[in-house]
Amino acid sequence: MAKVLKVADRRRCIGCLSCRQACARLRGEYSIANSAIEVKTSGGYTGEFVINICRGCEEPACMEACKFGALTKRTGGGVVFHKDKCTKCGACGVACAVNAIRFDEEGYPIICTHCGYCTKYCPHRCITTKEVL
Amino acid sequence: MLARDYINVLYIDLEKQDYRYEQRKDLVKYLGGTGLAAKLLDENIKPELDPLDPAQPMIYAIGPLSFVMPVCTKTVATFYSPHTKEYGESHAGGRFAMAMRFAGIDAIVVTGKSAHPQYLLIDDGVQFRDARAMWGLSVEETGKILRQTTHGSGVRSSIRIGRSGENLVTYAGVNVDTYRHFGRLGLGAVMGSKNLKAIVVIGNNTVDIPQELKVKYRKVYDKIYDRVLNTDLMKKYHELGTPVNVIPLNEMHSLPSFNLQKNKIDFAEDVSGEKFAEDNLVRKVACAGCPIGCIHIGQVRREFDAGYEYETINVSYDHELIFALGTFLGIKSTDEILELIDVVESEGLDAISTGVVLGWATEAYKRGYVSLEETLVPFEFGIVQNYIAAVKYISTRKNKFYEDLGKGVVHASKVYGGSDFACHLGGNEMAGYHTGYGNVVGFAVGSRHSHLDNGGYSIDQSKPKEEDIVKKVYDEELERNILTSLVICLFARKVYTRDIVLEALEAVGINMTNEELTQFAKDIQKLKYQIKAKLGYSLDSIKIPERFFQTKTLNGVLSSEKAHEMVKEYKKMIEDLMNE
Repeated sequence: MAKVLKVADRRRCIGCLSCRQACARLRGEYSIANSAIEVKTSGGYTGEFVINICRGCEEPACMEACKFGALTKRTGGGVVFHKDKCTKCGACGVACAVNAIRFDEEGYPIICTHCGYCTKYCPHRCITTKEVL
Repeated sequence: MLARDYINVLYIDLEKQDYRYEQRKDLVKYLGGTGLAAKLLDENIKPELDPLDPAQPMIYAIGPLSFVMPVCTKTVATFYSPHTKEYGESHAGGRFAMAMRFAGIDAIVVTGKSAHPQYLLIDDGVQFRDARAMWGLSVEETGKILRQTTHGSGVRSSIRIGRSGENLVTYAGVNVDTYRHFGRLGLGAVMGSKNLKAIVVIGNNTVDIPQELKVKYRKVYDKIYDRVLNTDLMKKYHELGTPVNVIPLNEMHSLPSFNLQKNKIDFAEDVSGEKFAEDNLVRKVACAGCPIGCIHIGQVRREFDAGYEYETINVSYDHELIFALGTFLGIKSTDEILELIDVVESEGLDAISTGVVLGWATEAYKRGYVSLEETLVPFEFGIVQNYIAAVKYISTRKNKFYEDLGKGVVHASKVYGGSDFACHLGGNEMAGYHTGYGNVVGFAVGSRHSHLDNGGYSIDQSKPKEEDIVKKVYDEELERNILTSLVICLFARKVYTRDIVLEALEAVGINMTNEELTQFAKDIQKLKYQIKAKLGYSLDSIKIPERFFQTKTLNGVLSSEKAHEMVKEYKKMIEDLMNE
């Protein structure tokens, strides 16, 4: 059974960034700059938080945009990243309609693996994983 | 110093419009936060000059655990306080520590004065940007503009001052990311004196976890995260938040009200944490790196014109604000307290000092020390409109009286009389507790004259033997030197026991023993008192106003003589420490 990451309730987010920290730890980094999940304010703290994650598309536009085969379909939704084939052209990020792909300092896309580790650290269950066929 | 063997200090000179980074291995032993900021203050302060002289430094420091361990969220600022004219130290949460961490900066030292209003954008370097058009704008509006004119959404933090800081009100604070503050002791005036409206920091650098620490770090992080979220150690902070204290303190006859003429009110339920939660609480938010989310946002809808024209106020509230801008002024409804908080926020004032100053002004007016000609509004406990007007008058220095009020109750009562009911301790306006000797003496002798220096109010609630109080106050401040150097939010003090602190340090590659931490706490205390001595400060100067001895506490009516004896006892302990 494959899982995909979902935003269950964005409005409950308190902006603690524990999810971004969790993703960073898995990547071996203290810093959240390269986390695959992004949480930020919209209009400052008085506004609400937005949570940008890979939405696990069944027909991934990012994959279609990649002319080098660096992104392939992931079972259950989303894509699998093959770094060896990536030319750092950035086309995947442009193609993503929900702004979920950002790039690291070297220019490689940061692709969510839908592992769900971040969800364990959300104090308000804003993010979750959903089992898909 | 995280993942490296030096402290990276960013020195910014506003006069020369220049900056440099210094990698200082010699500062590693000061760890961060209070220790590091005190050391840098000691190196850069100019005791012979006025606290608001352009040459004076303004320092911000984070610690080795900042953002990388749960609830290590604060930044410590040190400065020459224009309010108490001695050692100034103030702490704030928000996202500033995170932004500094990943901008690769452990400490910032700002000196000099810009030729005209500016703000700083700190990313990989420092940009000195024009802020002339922002001068005079509210804290909120400034924040909204900065979000449009800078990049880095999500990893950015902005600190800014309001009109009160520009106009050098000695208790102007610095707002951090809208809902947190370097509130106390006048850091806002220091920024204003430098023509500096704001500092924006973008923290988007990558910092790798050293290979050998990866497993250990995750294990310790998880352990602490579990203690934070899945035990009762921090429960009160994320449920009702600090306002949970209002009713118990009232029941204990320890809630300062009506300029400390009273210790108990009959409307406590109407301004309680429960009432705020039921009627006004709309959401909670968190500092970056803390899953608790203690920042309680209260909302009030206000009709500004006939015809169903409404505006909505969203402000954060806490016990100290409910006390200072509520019970201390006899304000009886949550909506009115939030409205008053809103204007204090806009102007960028320290909420506690503002409330206590207005409490003094009300009593002084009622008792004829000052006239309507001076006050411009007929102060009356419980009438919020007067206070809303007065806050703006303080911040804009409307007349001579408000200029004096803008220097705090010590100064104002010197000019107009009424020093016996000017509720300050050690020159700083009191906080929201009147519990006994621990609070009064602890606050007065605390190195930054804050209730958080040593938590004397908490010591009082444990009903200690009178002869043990001073030692408890002394020990607690030493212990807190460790927490505030690291810089762990003091709300997590029960989470971070000594064992946990040592484990957390080890997990980021800092190996210290328990004995070394104990010695560190003493060294930092000494350092603070060395700075105080340079500035001519002595504990002998403490004179606790009569009001504290007229109004009963949880531990009965206090004796002035006894309290001042305790101050002497504390002074002796500090002298012994200095001679160690």
